[in-house]
Amino acid sequence: MKSAVIVFPGSNREGDMVRALKLAGSDAQKVWHAETELPKGTDLVVLPGGFSYGDYLRCGAIAGRATVMDAVRAHAARGGLVLGVCNGFQILCEAGLLPGILMRNANLKFICHRQFLKVERNDTAFTKNYAKGQAIDVCVAHGEGNYTADAETLKRLEGEGLVAFRYSDAQGNVTQDANRNGSMNSIAGIYSDKLNVLGMMPHPENLVENLVGGTDGRGLFESLVSSFSKAA
Amino acid sequence: MIRNDVAITPELVKEHGLKPDEYERFVKLIGREPTITELGIVSAMWNEHCSYKSSRIHLRGLPTKAPWVIQGPGENAGVIDIGDGLACIFKMESHNHPSFIEPYQGAATGVGGILRDVFTMGARPIAALNFLRFGEPDHPKTPHLVSGVVAGIGGYGNSFGVPTVGGSVGFDKRYNGNILVNAMAVGLARTDEIFYAKATGVGNPIVYLGSKTGRDGIHGATMASAEFDDASDEKRPTVQVGDPFAEKLLLEACLELMKSGAVIAIQDMGAAGLTSSAVEMGAKGNLGVELDLDKVPCREEGMTAYEMMLSESQERMLMVLKPGMEKEAEAIFHKWGLDFAVIGKTTDTLRFVIKHEGEVKADLPIKELGDEAPLYDRPWVESPKQPVIASESVKAPMSEAEALLKLVGSPDQCSKRWVWEQYDHLILGNTVQTPGGDAAIVRVEDGPKGLALTTDVTPRYCEADPFEGGKQAVAEAWRNITAVGGLPLAITDNLNFASPERPESMGQFVGCLKGIGEACKVLDFPVVSGNVSLYNETNGQGILPTPAIGGVGLLDDVTVNASIAFKAEGEAIILIGGMVGWLGQSIYLRDVCGREEGAPPPVDLATEKRNGDFIRQLIRSGQVKTVHDCSDGGIALSLAEMAMAGGIGASITAMPDNMPLHAFLFGEDQARYLIAVDEDAAADILYEAGALGIPAVTLGVTGGDSLILPGQQAISVKQLKSAHEAWLPEYMTGKS
Repeated sequence: MKSAVIVFPGSNREGDMVRALKLAGSDAQKVWHAETELPKGTDLVVLPGGFSYGDYLRCGAIAGRATVMDAVRAHAARGGLVLGVCNGFQILCEAGLLPGILMRNANLKFICHRQFLKVERNDTAFTKNYAKGQAIDVCVAHGEGNYTADAETLKRLEGEGLVAFRYSDAQGNVTQDANRNGSMNSIAGIYSDKLNVLGMMPHPENLVENLVGGTDGRGLFESLVSSFSKAA
Repeated sequence: MIRNDVAITPELVKEHGLKPDEYERFVKLIGREPTITELGIVSAMWNEHCSYKSSRIHLRGLPTKAPWVIQGPGENAGVIDIGDGLACIFKMESHNHPSFIEPYQGAATGVGGILRDVFTMGARPIAALNFLRFGEPDHPKTPHLVSGVVAGIGGYGNSFGVPTVGGSVGFDKRYNGNILVNAMAVGLARTDEIFYAKATGVGNPIVYLGSKTGRDGIHGATMASAEFDDASDEKRPTVQVGDPFAEKLLLEACLELMKSGAVIAIQDMGAAGLTSSAVEMGAKGNLGVELDLDKVPCREEGMTAYEMMLSESQERMLMVLKPGMEKEAEAIFHKWGLDFAVIGKTTDTLRFVIKHEGEVKADLPIKELGDEAPLYDRPWVESPKQPVIASESVKAPMSEAEALLKLVGSPDQCSKRWVWEQYDHLILGNTVQTPGGDAAIVRVEDGPKGLALTTDVTPRYCEADPFEGGKQAVAEAWRNITAVGGLPLAITDNLNFASPERPESMGQFVGCLKGIGEACKVLDFPVVSGNVSLYNETNGQGILPTPAIGGVGLLDDVTVNASIAFKAEGEAIILIGGMVGWLGQSIYLRDVCGREEGAPPPVDLATEKRNGDFIRQLIRSGQVKTVHDCSDGGIALSLAEMAMAGGIGASITAMPDNMPLHAFLFGEDQARYLIAVDEDAAADILYEAGALGIPAVTLGVTGGDSLILPGQQAISVKQLKSAHEAWLPEYMTGKS
């Protein structure tokens, strides 16, 4: 599988993402935001975490309109896989590739901590190596992760099974205590209609090694690599 | 002839923080009355912050050399060799005065400044730490300052993309009028790709890079060189404003430019901005510098030469480039959306010449600006010795179990999770030990090496006995690194003291430095960088003497380390180190008995080294995975922290018969560690310690869900945790 990790001015988890992708067996290269095309043969586009354009104006607003995003939209329209993590999720929402918006955390503070997520479905390219309902241990690091959408959008996401992950406790129970940023319906990540675009606030790429906290994040990258090798 | 439009009156000299004799010295040096721009320049160069005029004479005594030291004090940061062609570059610096006036921006730009010091030398920052002291919790300003400083540190570091992995937070009424915000940055470079400030070659272009110059921060360094009074809040305009996004771009652009081979010398514009950076580059290289201020990218219109030379606008760099490489350098900076301007050149005149709008605004001897700065051997008096408090004379006002519960939930000893959860401590994916342990551990690139990092000092010890307190600060940093399995290599020191013009306060400075020097020498733990912050004083009330020590240690194999958490039930808990039950200046005496008195525990450096080397060898041989040093709150607090971190209780059965129980549990004897190991290993370790003459005794065993102290009611780990975690969040939301 060939991955392209897009680098905007202010991106800062692109290195973490490349390392996680490579550990899972993907080829991964960084692509500068001013490019007009993706590298030939790109299977997966990743928008990594960070503070693109300093988070000035609105998180992801400026990056969502960067030159390279036309190529990312075209890739998604062809059914290509796109993963946006943290600032990447915010950019996907701003670029119109995913519905809703990420607001300031409920406590108005940046929060960085370990966090369990409940895997809502395991029949997508991103989650096939997890079990449905499994609680995975990853981490969050954001100031604006409070997922918000209008009632209709929320109803559609729930009705069509487009919620990817929810904040949960270690047993996979979706509780108010586990939802520290105040997201609607405890939503931590969502899919596009065709399940080929995933945006999520937590960082699976920081939990891929036992030495550094654990390996629960690895399943996501291995799912992608394995679904690709079979499809190819 | 240089034109002088502004008459230099004694009032103007005073406003610039220069004493009359210092001004006379300057006039004599240049042989005429200075221009206003020149007065500004000399005030920036000769203030305490930039010239170290009160401290220099004493700093000379510190050990700064070791075979692994590549660069000691005097550059932007210290550099040590960590093997395999890699260098660790690090420094700690204070932003105390601005943070008190405007906590968010003050702290944010403190982080920005120290990160810049590190990447100026060619290093990519891989970790940040800090050392914070606030006034008493009940002081009306304290919550606001805590909230702003923590948000500022997080706001800058998180956006820049460096993990903030460790630090220290404490409260004391002595910081009511002067908080301490010390930020430390640690970076990584190849040993053959380190960049310095020293300019070379005549006629080489001097280039301005980064953000534009505005009117912010003018006289910031002068403000940091004076005491505060009731009108200090009015100094808000002297605080700079940070832009972490610009700094992130500056980092990437600088590292890319360094790789291109275009850079001869580089200096960041920190305190005293363009003045200090340009003078330093020229003076170090024995060269003159000529600047044309018409070329400086400005954010505001109509800025004068005076303002441009004194602005402390952030995220700016000055470089000397190889001639002919300007185009290539410019392309890199424009790619990152940053300003790039050739604003001057090196000369062979040894003069610092400033031109603006076709006129010479300043023409000064460049070397003398630094070398001829005033140097003071200020009068000082030794701090009076405090009496040793016999542990038998300290009566316990409550049961030991109650005392422990009180301490774990006290402002100084409670969990600082509320603070470090606002810092991204996991970015870069190399944080092996997160905040909350003895020292943070970060992996170096993809391994196998790791760095152990910590910031420490016990200010109440330093006040009671500056010499012992100075020793203890270094010893504790050394011990914390040792306790995770690191080999302590070097320190950076951030010397926070009150006014050097009071002999008592100067005596504390001199005493602490002697102690620091002694400990560094015996522990082979040299000082490679540092910062002095004096005048931390308001209306005559000084802070506690607080020489914060930032320590760096090396793990050859980062996977072989120890942490404080109990890991299994039924393990023997062994105390390594002697037992005196020293209660003078202890947390127990202060927070449980309400007495701030006595001599602090003495530090025997030879014992420190022997015990620590033993612990490190136990960790490195794989015999021990659970280690915690004993410091504030003694054995009892260490046990509680090990139990809380592991979620496993312990039963303590040993009890010496030659001291009261509270002295045994809460005494702050130095050079001690608690370890937990399975029973087979315990016998071997006790034997090995005995053979080396190291005191080692089994105190009890891990297990259950409670901590049981001798003869005391059990305290559940849950109860400990809830007390430990509750105080700070409740305080910050106004509930406590």
